[in-house]
Amino acid sequence: MATKDAPVNNPMIDPVTGEYRVIAPGHTFKSVTEKVSRIVLTSHTPLGWWFGFMVASGFVGMLLVAVTWLFVKGVGIWAITIPVAWGFAIINFVWWIGIGHAGTLISAILLLFKQGWRNSINRFAEAMTIFAVMCAGMFPVLHLGRPWLGYWLFPYPNSMNYWPQFRSPLMWDVFAVSTYATISVVFWYMGMIPDLATMRDRSQSRMGQFCYGLLSLGWRGSVRHWVRYETASILLAGLATPLVLSVHSVISLDFSVALMPGWHTTIFPPYFVAGAIYSGFAMVLTLAIPIRTFYHLEDLITIRHIDNCAKVMLATGMIVAYGYSTEVFMAWYSASHWEYFMMWNRMFGPMGWSYWTLITCNIALPQLMWIRKFRTNVGLMFLMSLIVNTGMWFERFVIVVTSLTRDYLPSSWGTYRATKWDYMTFAGTLGFFTFCFFLFIRFLPMIPMSELRLMLPQAKVRKTAEPLPEAGD
Amino acid sequence: MPLPEGLYGLMAEFDSPTNLVLAAKAARNAGYRRMDCYTPYPVEEAAEAIGFHRDEVSLVCLVGGLLGLVAMFGLETWIALWAFPLNIAGRPYFSWPAFVVPAYEWTILWAGLSACFGMIALNGLPKPYHPVFNAPNFRDGATTDKFFLCLESTDPKFEATEVRGFLEAQSPVSVVEVEY
Repeated sequence: MATKDAPVNNPMIDPVTGEYRVIAPGHTFKSVTEKVSRIVLTSHTPLGWWFGFMVASGFVGMLLVAVTWLFVKGVGIWAITIPVAWGFAIINFVWWIGIGHAGTLISAILLLFKQGWRNSINRFAEAMTIFAVMCAGMFPVLHLGRPWLGYWLFPYPNSMNYWPQFRSPLMWDVFAVSTYATISVVFWYMGMIPDLATMRDRSQSRMGQFCYGLLSLGWRGSVRHWVRYETASILLAGLATPLVLSVHSVISLDFSVALMPGWHTTIFPPYFVAGAIYSGFAMVLTLAIPIRTFYHLEDLITIRHIDNCAKVMLATGMIVAYGYSTEVFMAWYSASHWEYFMMWNRMFGPMGWSYWTLITCNIALPQLMWIRKFRTNVGLMFLMSLIVNTGMWFERFVIVVTSLTRDYLPSSWGTYRATKWDYMTFAGTLGFFTFCFFLFIRFLPMIPMSELRLMLPQAKVRKTAEPLPEAGD
Repeated sequence: MPLPEGLYGLMAEFDSPTNLVLAAKAARNAGYRRMDCYTPYPVEEAAEAIGFHRDEVSLVCLVGGLLGLVAMFGLETWIALWAFPLNIAGRPYFSWPAFVVPAYEWTILWAGLSACFGMIALNGLPKPYHPVFNAPNFRDGATTDKFFLCLESTDPKFEATEVRGFLEAQSPVSVVEVEY
């Protein structure tokens, strides 16, 4: 795409291709390493960090209060009831899991597709995945009613002589989500080993050298190790790709295996996966834009990254729009009275406002991302990322609440109004997510330095000997 | 077992991956076999230059994945047929299509864990102490921007003065002795 609108002397634009550069020119191995490791190794914690961390801690406190009260009183403090037995717990579970999916997409699928630009953002996108899955995992467990018996979900020999029932999608969920959490942590940690070695070598404090030394397992950068490491990375990427597609598909089966109007449809798995990636990329931008500004990482997380994320959001948003229109079409084409009523009720029933919020946030407003000027405007893209995440939350709200409140039998119809404990738990997990993220950016390298080095032009091996590297290194 | 003492090897520092690869190729051509390169990011050409092509990580991953598949599918079948048979909506006890999903997840789980831990184990990690860390210039750059070639003293062809002469002819930044 040509960039006639951009000034010719903009150093961030490659004069040959006219595209925004992935990394600002003029960087060396040392400069990128220092830029990333300095954030962690500084002894001076920025005031802004403390402020954000304190606010997030406040929300974690609120989460603890809400969960403690839940343990004391039971799930009755939430608004879940018959017919809406799922409520916020499942809405939030699906929303959080979906957010996690972009991290895996960036780290695994884009690695397989050799998309070099992903290197700057994959570490914190993976961290986002892990923290989002932690938040997601809380909800079904808290929703169990007796959360302390959550381990009953796993098959283990027990004195009750009882075993799980593997024909239920809810059981599949246990394995899909636990596998997803484990593989995400493994992928994240393995990718960090060489960087932890860099931190070990650059750290000035005994404590830092000891901790990073322990975590880096004694990594010394032997090329034999690198070859095995690269193989393991590719294998994990190849494994995480079908995994991430399966996780949200399995979650959508929780709905579509049920006979509820609006749930019992085969479009759910693909459109859940697309929606997950959509909201996940939005969350990547929600995190990346403030971080790059606050830590002055504009050289490494460039306009190119924001532009590319916007394009992925546009594409997945269109798939989601296709999913919505298929739902509407099938409600009419099925000639099923109940399906037809379900769709009418979604649009014009008592909860119709939530459907139109979702259409506005997920389909109407994101069309602005067709405009290049919009995609490269950092402030507007931050706003758009918040809008899309709101829309995706409402998508799950619409699916869970409007279907459950209007069952087949009018005698079992009901309504749903969340209680303050629902809101506190949800806001609490947002705080917990932020809390984990603040700790992550303070103590671990948030951009993979070894992969950044690989992206620099001087990383290439040439045929003939080089006299000397450029001066001023 | 007594700790080994004396000279571990001679280590040459280079300032670009190209110079490292050329030196590694020359060392292999000169008949040296016991050597290793240390780089701050993966340099495939250097691995080829020292004659390292195959790794067994893929095999470990495959075996792990198959074990996971068999373990979970077997567990589900055993539970559904013998340990805890349940009639769920009249489906057969051996309703294998429903068992595919957890078995699929466990295939990925075991394959992924095998790939990661297999890689770590094959690399001989964790190994917090290694002689190359004794090289005075190693810590400053091996994980940032320097490239090292270490010829090890266990090589039958290793002879300290000869090796030093050879390495210095490869236009390194420096050549240092590495003690155990």
